[in-house]
Amino acid sequence: MSEEKLVNLKINGIDVSVPEGTTVLLAARKAGIRIPTLCWLKDINEIGACRICVVENEVKGARKLIAACTFPVSEGMVIYTNSPKVIESRKTTLQLLLSNHKMECLSCVRSGNCELQALCKEYGVEDAHRFDGFRSTWAIDDSAPHMYRDNEKCILCRRCVAVCSKTQACSVIGANDRGIDTHIACAFERGLADVACVSCGQCIVACPTGALSEKDDTQKVFDALNDPKKHVIIQTAPSVRVQLGEEFGMPIGSLVTGKMVSSLRMLGFEKVFDTNFAADMTIMEEATEFLKRYKEKDNLPMTTSCSPGWVKYIEYYYPELLPHVSSTKSPQGIFGSIAKTYYAEKMGWDPADVFCVSAMPCTAKKFEAQRYEHTAVKGLPDIDAVLTTRELGRMIRKMGIMWDELPEGEFDAPFGLGSGAGTIFGATGGVMEAALRTAYEVVSGQKLPDDKLDFTAVRGTQGIKEADIDIPTPEGETLTIHVAVASGLVNAKQILEWIKSGEKNYDFVEIMACPGGCVNGGGQPIQPADVRNFTDIRKIRAEALYRDDLGLPIRRSHENPDVTAMYEGFFGEPGSEKAEEIMHTVYIPRKQY
Amino acid sequence: MHKNVSKIPFKGTPEQKEKLMAVIAGTNGDKSLLMHVMQEAQEIYGYLPYEVQVMIAEGMDVPLEKVFGVATFYAQFALSPKGEYDVSICLGTACYVRGAQAVFDEVSKTLGIGAGECTPDGKFSLDACRCVGACGLAPVMMINGEVYGRLTPEKAKEIIESIAAK
Repeated sequence: MSEEKLVNLKINGIDVSVPEGTTVLLAARKAGIRIPTLCWLKDINEIGACRICVVENEVKGARKLIAACTFPVSEGMVIYTNSPKVIESRKTTLQLLLSNHKMECLSCVRSGNCELQALCKEYGVEDAHRFDGFRSTWAIDDSAPHMYRDNEKCILCRRCVAVCSKTQACSVIGANDRGIDTHIACAFERGLADVACVSCGQCIVACPTGALSEKDDTQKVFDALNDPKKHVIIQTAPSVRVQLGEEFGMPIGSLVTGKMVSSLRMLGFEKVFDTNFAADMTIMEEATEFLKRYKEKDNLPMTTSCSPGWVKYIEYYYPELLPHVSSTKSPQGIFGSIAKTYYAEKMGWDPADVFCVSAMPCTAKKFEAQRYEHTAVKGLPDIDAVLTTRELGRMIRKMGIMWDELPEGEFDAPFGLGSGAGTIFGATGGVMEAALRTAYEVVSGQKLPDDKLDFTAVRGTQGIKEADIDIPTPEGETLTIHVAVASGLVNAKQILEWIKSGEKNYDFVEIMACPGGCVNGGGQPIQPADVRNFTDIRKIRAEALYRDDLGLPIRRSHENPDVTAMYEGFFGEPGSEKAEEIMHTVYIPRKQY
Repeated sequence: MHKNVSKIPFKGTPEQKEKLMAVIAGTNGDKSLLMHVMQEAQEIYGYLPYEVQVMIAEGMDVPLEKVFGVATFYAQFALSPKGEYDVSICLGTACYVRGAQAVFDEVSKTLGIGAGECTPDGKFSLDACRCVGACGLAPVMMINGEVYGRLTPEKAKEIIESIAAK
């Protein structure tokens, strides 16, 4: 590696040395100085557009304002980040943004967690109406099942646009028109429901204001909870337990399974179940499907199907590759299917009276819940309402539940027991690892020692991971399974291109739409860019899941006694006709235009 | 300016498509030539409707929203075809101070379309332009190149209505 050239500069009188090419903003952080930003998303949106990060650059006695997020350092530079001129400029910029902003701050979904609001407070923008004048008016786009776009709250930072194109390879939103009419929208002003949007919700997580938000289904759930006829049950996805604490000010990566269960009981859910159980069922089906397809060389590689954003992506952008996708429903879908068939029957409930809620770190799950290609009970949705982690936090606050005081609760039987393999579904590589734990033991007939249970090659937050897994067969041969794991659709696209060109020969591929997997899903608690730019929240939350896995008594899906009982008492064996009927689905090719 | 999308049905011919495909092929995959291709497409079709923008997006492997974003950013790109009668009202300085805006607004109201748009029957299109060099006659409008001067909103409306009655 070539030696890095260091550049010396002065920031607010402090001497700093940083490698050549560093931006003023990152150099300032090295000196312990935080420069505020709005449009800047590290490595994703670096366009110097919003002008909040301006600092003074002194050249030959004259001082000029520059955008610290993009301006590179140079030798002998003298920078002032907090001069009166800088503070005044930032304040004016904020006032100009407010002049064309729908100030619904009292009722806005992002109130208290809005980056624009936080900066206005920080800079003491007392006169929010200084530049009142023309205000753009836009209709709210509520066409999609998972989100709203209110352009009157948009500050045109382009963070959503950058994420949609660079991270998710979709590019369905962009800036239309120009000048005061500039607005973020889809081609030909179509609604999000009418373009190839995969509902991943990464744009919502990237939005600094309330311009983008999930469709709020909390009222629908409250209504069901207040309906005496309904049996309202809830399942909670693996990632929610490592996210929900953040809604109540806990540190990123807090594992709050017990508190979460208690809060759900207090909200009035009749049964509180664990999606981890359904994830174990998914593994039983998916691992069986894989081994069958592997033996028959049937449309390899097989890809996972748990991520609804990913499924919608391949339906839109690579429909010709759809036969590669596993037909197994996602854990959410499997849970809903079982709840409305097996469980309703067992409890003596009319399936139409079962109201099945899921708490998910995901906005695409709202879309998935509306898919009717193959529901378990004809005419009934498998899932009645999907709550993102954020909505769940909202419900808990609204009902006056004191989070800090909550005791540790436990899931209900029979779908409350999940294995460690189920819990790691929330992190990229987790589904692969869970499937490998089961596939290995099924194929080899040997039990993996506990210290060999961690398939570390498929862990980590890299966009694409590859590994060759050797499984010994009882006949003394070795099966080598070529696996790949991708998260973030731009990486999924790369994998699909390799599959198409034949450049890579994988057997089994796990794909998650969101970078880092569900822990970083579109329904997660929103951390401001200031945190996301400098903290890998995907890694911290994933580590919490792996800790959870390590501490669980059962770490293999096929050893979950509730799963075994489910097969013995209802489905027969994995891949049986009944399992196919209830736990598998079909996909539909979609047109991009 | 906000550009409205035309609802007039697309009437492209195979010959036009062939020409556009040749232009796209000529870029050899260079996506930075998007604007050039869009200009050529507008030469071929007269405007850039949905169908044409999809051809460009697919042909050049760029997102449709990107094509549309460029088409709505630059004044040179039209989303509506030119009408049988191409009405262009000068909003240049001389015409403007003599009341061209009121003329424009009246014509716009009469035709039921805004600048850059075309009536659903394809008969009229309307544009606002800058100085046509007939300041002595301000305010002026041009219809298919013919200049009408010393207009009032009423006069302009009469002219439009008499053409519409043809």
